[in-house]
Amino acid sequence: MASRPTLPALALALTMLSATGAVAQTRDNVQVAGSSTVLPYASIVAEAFGENTDFPTPVVESGGSSAGLARFCEGVGENTIDIANASRAIREGEIAACAANGVTEIIEVRIGYDGIVFASRVDGPDIDAFEPADWYLALAERLPLNGTMLANPNRTWADANPDLPDVEIAAYIPGTKHGTREVFEEQVLLAGCEDVGALQAMLDMGLSEDEAEDACVSVRTDGSAVDIDGDYTETLARIESNPQGVGVFGLSFYENNTSTLKAATMGGVEPTAQTIASGEYPVSRPLFFYVKKAHLGVIPGLKEFTSFFVADPLAGPKGPLANYGLVSDPELAETQAKVENEITLSQEGL
Amino acid sequence: MTDASTNSAPAARKGASLHRTDPRTRRRNGAERRFRLYGAAAISMGLLFLCVLAVSIIRSGAPAFTHAVVEVEFTLSEAQFEEAESQLLKTAVYERYFNAALTAQLRDAGFDVAFDENTIRRIIGKTGGTIRSYYRADPDRVGESVTLDLPVSSRVNGYIKGRVTRENLLDSRFLTQADLDLVDAMRDRGLIETKFNWGFLTGKDSGVDNPGGAGIGASVVGSFFMMLVVLVLSLPIGVAASIYLEEFAPRNWFTDMIEVNISNLAAVPSIVFGILGLAVFIQFMHLPQSAPLVGGLVLTLMTLPTIIISTRASLKAVPPSIRDAALGVGASKMQSVFHHVLPLAMPGILTGTIIGLAQALGETAPLLLIGMVGFVARQYPDGVVDGFLDPNSAMPAQIYTWASRADPAFYEKAWGGIIVLLVFLLAMNIVAIILRRRFERRW
Repeated sequence: MASRPTLPALALALTMLSATGAVAQTRDNVQVAGSSTVLPYASIVAEAFGENTDFPTPVVESGGSSAGLARFCEGVGENTIDIANASRAIREGEIAACAANGVTEIIEVRIGYDGIVFASRVDGPDIDAFEPADWYLALAERLPLNGTMLANPNRTWADANPDLPDVEIAAYIPGTKHGTREVFEEQVLLAGCEDVGALQAMLDMGLSEDEAEDACVSVRTDGSAVDIDGDYTETLARIESNPQGVGVFGLSFYENNTSTLKAATMGGVEPTAQTIASGEYPVSRPLFFYVKKAHLGVIPGLKEFTSFFVADPLAGPKGPLANYGLVSDPELAETQAKVENEITLSQEGL
Repeated sequence: MTDASTNSAPAARKGASLHRTDPRTRRRNGAERRFRLYGAAAISMGLLFLCVLAVSIIRSGAPAFTHAVVEVEFTLSEAQFEEAESQLLKTAVYERYFNAALTAQLRDAGFDVAFDENTIRRIIGKTGGTIRSYYRADPDRVGESVTLDLPVSSRVNGYIKGRVTRENLLDSRFLTQADLDLVDAMRDRGLIETKFNWGFLTGKDSGVDNPGGAGIGASVVGSFFMMLVVLVLSLPIGVAASIYLEEFAPRNWFTDMIEVNISNLAAVPSIVFGILGLAVFIQFMHLPQSAPLVGGLVLTLMTLPTIIISTRASLKAVPPSIRDAALGVGASKMQSVFHHVLPLAMPGILTGTIIGLAQALGETAPLLLIGMVGFVARQYPDGVVDGFLDPNSAMPAQIYTWASRADPAFYEKAWGGIIVLLVFLLAMNIVAIILRRRFERRW
């Protein structure tokens, strides 16, 4: 019966063997992670890349811009990702964190623009015309009233703006790990804060500029605003279960779900690819991905994938990305040149 | 017992017939009846939930197994093939040729509905990839007239299945009301047919704009390789550990501590094993990301406690008399274990292993951290080693990915994936039951 106990030993030896084999093997596919807003576009390009070249299809993971950039900055080497998708520009702190781990050369690639759409249920109340100020008044944690900061007293959208219907405020906004949140804070809450004069009022009360801006973008935590840490499908599910809810979506997600959602105008402008490209629609942001230059030429297909992504047939106005909802970048040619010449952030003087 | 009770019982009995129940017996019988009712109610509630679940899964998932296809005769000329292959986005060129051919074909057929090439583009899904791989697989087909079965776009597919209706369809660049007139006309002539979607069972994941091309096959392969790793590692290690702990190890504070910790490990949330896997297997041991090998290793850690606990329970269930008899006729301790105790405990061990595997098969959370959740659309692995090391997804991860995509057609795919996953789980549980029935011994 000596043969039985050797079975586990054999199995162990087998795994050890396969493990060492794995270390020796070079990764043959591009590894991408990051923003869930960029994920759909990246997956379209990844599929097309697999179909049109002899390289294997890249692996694209989700997780949010910050999480993606954090993984990107873990270091250089096969067991780190090659590309981080982000729905906002990389921050100073992240560049520093990258540099601390040896990721010094980063190429920034802007793929196009995405609109941020404020949508509610198609059969819900008519919450369909917003100004940034409405969102500030509805969501701010504390408002400057009569010279002091008071907890936000607004319960319904009508409290924020009498033109809006008298329904309770229930906003589903992207959580802090999403790049969309930053855009939402800057282009909606902060803009609204300035529009209603609250920023000035706070400065007059003696707050420093930073404190006042923080107060502008701090969102109430009493349940009227819900942070969504998942992706837009989670926001959609919340809206489906709450007919009075208003959610923040990307333009392409909204366009795919027009049978359940209706979009509100912002500042009187309807969100469409045209109004976003022309800059009329006020809430839009550029989408990026970041490439590790040290991996170019090491990971097979990385350079090709990067050029493929921004090539005219894909990212151009008639390409599959635009068809899915990406607002294509008018300065795409510059991006293409940048990718071709592998210009890093530091070379750009950033 | 008190005096009162010994005295009162016979007193109550006096003159009472056994055929007539006294109030106390009636109360006891009533309590039993009520208890049975509660039990029956609990069972029927459970059954009701099960039925609702099964019906909703099948109703939402069944459409994923069929799709509407257009049958088109198509000839690709040598020049067109060369032209397409010289482009960067080759698939788009193939698609254009195909759509032009179909447009011409429909015009010849004399439809009285107005349409143009854009209409066709909206009706036909993304076909370029399929067409290109078809011609690349056998270049001799270039120049020949072939019949292609190509799936229609996700929205048209939804219209044919009743998910999209004319009422809830808003004109968009994806599909317009007018397009549906042509779809209806094509259906009347039998040009669009609903067929079983083999691609769903055999295919790989597809981009978000191509729900029609998505299949679960590649992730089934990924799950298979993961389960292989789990089985090969956790069964021998788990069984060896439990035999040692149960039969050989001395009872002291150290083995007690191990025991407590095994029970604790069984209750550790699976995501913790994912973080551990990321830190140990990927960052420290430099194993590849998104590989079924790493997924299998992580799930092994998760399955081990389950297997150890069930193995120890089945070893314990073998009566000591068996061991005593073996030792009595001169067998060594090891012979008594391997010749007598282990074979008798085998059905329990196998059941525990299969249930542990089934649990691991449905696990997504640990895979999230090692890169198996996301867009992983690799071809089938070329060999066994590639199967372990090439990036791949797993069934539950694939379902999760589909459920979070914008196009509602993927939601349908997710439900279809759930059905496939449930079929596998059901099959595994049935095997476990059969093994138990066949080899079970009672003392």
